[in-house]
Amino acid sequence: MNPPSTPTAARAEPGVTGTAAARDAGDARRARCLMLLAGLGVAALALSALGLAAGSAGLSWSALQQDLADGHAAALIGQLRAPRTLGALLVGALLGLAGAIAQGVFRNPLADPFLLGSAAGASLAVVAVIAASALAGQAIAPAAAAWAERLGLVGAAYLGALGGVGLTLLLARGAHQTLRLLLAGVVVGVLLGALAELLTLLSPDALRARQAFQLGSTALLGWPAVALLALGLALALPLALRSARVLDALTLGEDSAASLGLHLPRWRLALVALLALCTALAVAQAGLVAFVGLVAPHLVRRLAPSAHGYLLGASALAGGVLLLAADVLARSVVAPQELPVGIVTAVLGGGYLLWLLGRGGLR
Amino acid sequence: MNPGPAHHLEARDLHAGYGARRVLHGVSARFGRGWAAIVGANGTGKTTLLRALAGLLPPSAGEVRLDGVALAQMSARARGLRIAWLAQLGEVSGELTVRETVALGRLPQLGPFGSPGPADDAAVAAALQAAGCAGWAERPLLELSGGERQRALLARALATGAPVLLLDEPTAHLDPPQQVTLVRLLRRLAATHTVVTVMHDLPLALAADRVLLLDAGGLRADAPAADPALHAAIAACFGGAVHIGWRDGRAAVEPVL
Repeated sequence: MNPPSTPTAARAEPGVTGTAAARDAGDARRARCLMLLAGLGVAALALSALGLAAGSAGLSWSALQQDLADGHAAALIGQLRAPRTLGALLVGALLGLAGAIAQGVFRNPLADPFLLGSAAGASLAVVAVIAASALAGQAIAPAAAAWAERLGLVGAAYLGALGGVGLTLLLARGAHQTLRLLLAGVVVGVLLGALAELLTLLSPDALRARQAFQLGSTALLGWPAVALLALGLALALPLALRSARVLDALTLGEDSAASLGLHLPRWRLALVALLALCTALAVAQAGLVAFVGLVAPHLVRRLAPSAHGYLLGASALAGGVLLLAADVLARSVVAPQELPVGIVTAVLGGGYLLWLLGRGGLR
Repeated sequence: MNPGPAHHLEARDLHAGYGARRVLHGVSARFGRGWAAIVGANGTGKTTLLRALAGLLPPSAGEVRLDGVALAQMSARARGLRIAWLAQLGEVSGELTVRETVALGRLPQLGPFGSPGPADDAAVAAALQAAGCAGWAERPLLELSGGERQRALLARALATGAPVLLLDEPTAHLDPPQQVTLVRLLRRLAATHTVVTVMHDLPLALAADRVLLLDAGGLRADAPAADPALHAAIAACFGGAVHIGWRDGRAAVEPVL
């Protein structure tokens, strides 16, 4: 069925000039989007080169020449720096994508990918694995402890993140109401956080692992992790892009989106599942890297406001660039020591949000 | 223009509310081709009735039927193809342009994964033209004034091509010339559509073919706009704060100061 064909506004409709101005405005908007994508692409390439060059001496031309002259370059760059660089890009991309989805689903620019219990779930799982051997036979059954050890930290973090989101959905009785979902996420975060605290009290060995996990690190990313992250992004990005118009419709309000023929509870559930997949993959490999998922979509919205079809992809790229930049900085600022990358992202991301808040640009 | 078949929306003994709070108490009404305006004091259930008619709020008792089929038995998409909804302002967020917003009106036809074709582009252009916002189609929705935004959202509702239009406060935020433009548009649409609006502005509401007066969640009157008994009921409902006369085929609403 077509919309009404005859009604025309009685008041003077803007003529050729208005339409031409509208076309110009549309062209300018598209140009900004393309420029941002190109800028992010160039930044990703440049930072990748820096990531390959940055070694234990930080960003040093002479150290790089020495690495190359020693004949260890293939092993050093191919086995250590290349997967770390690519891995940082991919973890950042998954977090940026998850952040854009979260902010779209919850219609809230302060929504974070860790909002629904994934961070607390992953953190608890990591602590549980570390504490398992110490507590075997006391607080937990030996068989459970052996199973947890076999699972490993990465597997546990992944399952913990998914479990945290699953528990949130269970407490919220599905994804029917946004507010209920958000509140359940807060409750799960607090409860699982308290459980993790209890485990660290019972097994102090787990404290250090928990701290390292919460600060985030890209140092241990190898080629298997890169393959897994790439597979996850290759799966999640097209699915997210296919959902872009649903997220666009949600910007009109829940009633308006529902009136457009969308079964919102089902869509919300699907988008939360996608968000959980991206977040779980990222935190399992790199820990709780702060602020990337929150800041990347903001940055894109500020530099090139657009519909979700663009925002989702550009946020993924921006997230990758942000984390890679933070990783290069973390390796270089106090070389030969290395800062946890989560501290760098927290400082950069928090500073950016404060600056944005000061300028009234948080939207 | 061929008006096409008439579509009938019917509320049968409708009860609805929010949690334990009951708002509507047994409202029954039938809407066919033409323009019906729902009026009443604040908090009497006007928006609740409209949301229930749109299938956005499940009734606690009673039912809503569209062309004889219960809305509860229709899929979300089937409802979206037949009923267009315009919400009150204030819910909009994001960075969409006016054109992108209006194009969302084609979602019921396309589904979330469909690609728009020339017919969809034409429908969007016609809706932009009809609502008088083609001149700023590429501007971000949130950068518009309240009145301009309202017109863009009305264009989004028109772009659905649905035969039933449910509009909550469509004249809010519009300046007087734009209110007149919108009323004329609604009158033209009423020739081919089932149009139901919630309105606070009594003179504009009385430009409709028919007016429903809600009072404390119940239907107090349902009559043609020119009916003197309706005018008396409205005046009584508003505590005598208005006086409604009818001169030269038009309502004359005066506040009693």
